[in-house]
Amino acid sequence: MATEILMPALSPTMEEGTLAKWLVKEGDTVSSGDVIAEIETDKATMEFEAVDEGIMGKILIPEGSADVKVNTPIAVLIEEGESLADASAAPAPSAVEETAPAAAAAPSAPATPAPAAVVAEPDWPEGTKVKQQTVREALRDAMAEEMRANDDVFLMGEEVGEYQGAYKISQGLLDEFGAKRVIDTPITEHGFAGIGVGAAFGGLKPIVEFMTFNFAMQAIDQIINSAAKTLYMSGGQMGAPMVFRGPNGAAARVGAQHSQDYAAWYAHIPGLKVAMPYSASDAKGLLKSAIRDPNPVIFLENEILYGRSFDVPELEDFTVPFGKARIWREGTDVTLVSFGIGMTYALEAADKLAEDGISAEVIDLRTLRPMDTATVIASVQKTNRCVTIEEGFPVGAIGNHISAVLMEQAFDYLDAPVINCTGKDVPMPYAANLEKHALVTTAEVVEAAKSVCYR
Amino acid sequence: MAARKTTAKPNVSADELKAYYRDMLLIRRFEEKAGQLYGMGLIGGFCHLYIGQEAVVVGLEAAAEEGDKRITSYRDHGHMLACGMDPDGVMAELTGREGGYSKGKGGSMHMFSKEKHFYGGHGIVAAQVPLGAGLAFADKYKGNGRVTFTYFGDGAANQGQVYETFNMAALWDLPVIFVIENNQYAMGTAQKRSTSTPDLYTRGEAFGIKGEVVDGMDVLAVKAAGEKAVAHCRSGKGPYILEIKTYRYRGHSMSDPAKYRTREEVQKMRSERDPIDHVRDLLLQGKHATEDDLKAIDKEIKKIVSDSAEFARTSPEPALNELWTDIYADA
Repeated sequence: MATEILMPALSPTMEEGTLAKWLVKEGDTVSSGDVIAEIETDKATMEFEAVDEGIMGKILIPEGSADVKVNTPIAVLIEEGESLADASAAPAPSAVEETAPAAAAAPSAPATPAPAAVVAEPDWPEGTKVKQQTVREALRDAMAEEMRANDDVFLMGEEVGEYQGAYKISQGLLDEFGAKRVIDTPITEHGFAGIGVGAAFGGLKPIVEFMTFNFAMQAIDQIINSAAKTLYMSGGQMGAPMVFRGPNGAAARVGAQHSQDYAAWYAHIPGLKVAMPYSASDAKGLLKSAIRDPNPVIFLENEILYGRSFDVPELEDFTVPFGKARIWREGTDVTLVSFGIGMTYALEAADKLAEDGISAEVIDLRTLRPMDTATVIASVQKTNRCVTIEEGFPVGAIGNHISAVLMEQAFDYLDAPVINCTGKDVPMPYAANLEKHALVTTAEVVEAAKSVCYR
Repeated sequence: MAARKTTAKPNVSADELKAYYRDMLLIRRFEEKAGQLYGMGLIGGFCHLYIGQEAVVVGLEAAAEEGDKRITSYRDHGHMLACGMDPDGVMAELTGREGGYSKGKGGSMHMFSKEKHFYGGHGIVAAQVPLGAGLAFADKYKGNGRVTFTYFGDGAANQGQVYETFNMAALWDLPVIFVIENNQYAMGTAQKRSTSTPDLYTRGEAFGIKGEVVDGMDVLAVKAAGEKAVAHCRSGKGPYILEIKTYRYRGHSMSDPAKYRTREEVQKMRSERDPIDHVRDLLLQGKHATEDDLKAIDKEIKKIVSDSAEFARTSPEPALNELWTDIYADA
């Protein structure tokens, strides 16, 4: 009986990958545990082992194929006595596109949005050449550029050096800058965050990477009590010019302790600046600004966004200022305000609303502290309605704050209550279906927008 | 005091010995005055006095060079005076006035001086330990040959982040001296009730960090140990631990009734082991100074302290707009 070998999901967020190399050829006998192929995910090159024993009947996807979706049959294994003809008879879809049950691998990952929406306020001059870059590459480039420009900038964290970054963000940095400036730390967040703050007191510009912000809870005393408050407590004599960065929020199927959005936590603290980019150009431009900023900056990335591609301007020194929201799509009927991965729902919802004749304006806050409430207010003065979107918990959410600002400063312009679309008020469940419901959904955003439009 | 005897004694001149006497006396009188001002309601909140522990900072400052850094906990007045910060500015910070080191916004526990390389003044027990290692990290990165004195107490020595820091400091050979000021009480908890093994200087052994115990009531012993530790760090051999056995005469803070120890215990320490009396005896018995010399020093100190109290009383409260400054540095 021929067995199909399927493209495996090798990380929580992997939806597709490159079949880099076959280590066996048709006709070879394989045993379970044999390494049969090398597969490149968005994060690393992984060895792929055979699960069953048999003979490689047919290789369906040749080596070097990129963008092979998870669960695509890549080869057929036959048993002793079976012929290759039997294998060919097995269902063997040849085109990669035909089979894409990728959802099975990463069910919570929202579909790639269509960033076709017109960006009303681009951050670069008209006519600037742009290139497609992933958020991951943009972040790496930002760090590399700033490290080239300033010897005092260094990167420290778990697996940032020899491993090339747990999420491959620091890929290549060790080679370029050496072990003095790209420092692998032990798994001791409280300790190395404190050492980073001390180094900033001592005149350096540390970038402290947390493998994820879930682990930064171990270090939050140093972030808040030491980094955020010292400038004030010292009467302006010394502070912590540094960046704490890493993925924040839910990834996919990693459960309650690895899936929390800390945007509201850090945005609460005077003395910190907080950025949470959505696009690759914002990731790059804001990270460069963050590294140059003389204050401690919390830089909240997102694992699911790392692999998304966007236009990034080909400028020698492209930065995005803090405290300036970006209007991704102009509209007249309702204002959708979001940031980070929340933008995927906001933009999808705007597309769906357009089909129903509702024109949504979509605002990406980009930085939460400082927060560009003026842009939100100006938009609401036009649309008279507002829905906020974030993945964080609903109590004390960023959306709550925006609602309060609108109550105080734009009350007379509101034709409906502001609705906050948030993650649910529950720890993140593991089960695929429950996880999907625990996060905010595009359908909820659409429903909220229709409800404030009384439709 | 098990660690009473420290054999190594540095050769110091009569002038140096007099300077130690003067510096320790300044701390003692300053703290007594602070206690008084607290009682008068001029100083608020938490106020942790250093009385009894003076030989620790004075001895170590005698081993430091210009450019070396220091960082400590909230029991920080002595460290600031010992590294040369202005008593007026320290006292005015205690009273929350404009003339204070932090313009009145930090208070007793949170004071800094970039000029004197004093990096706080930290209110969270043991938070200064990784911070101190970070300062040393910056110095090593810059290759400037500086060392950092990172002070913490016997209470802080049980915090997890201390050991995370020991590991990294040893791994990366950071030029940091971990100074454990063991005054034997973590607030109201005696060391034997809080600490599974009594010898804190051995706490670095698992990380390959050398340590030694020092008689903290003997300024010369502290200086000798400090010089050894400084030489070790400056030569690139990585961190060093000094457990300095000392004793605080006053309560943990001003609001501590100190019921956890007997009056006799405190009195015995004061009369038999006082670090200032010790230097006074050395000066007089060695005929390095006369009673009159010491009286002149006493008088000078008295004036400095009463001037600082006057400054701290008369310096205005910070302007209300100070509420909104120093939150962010200008980008």
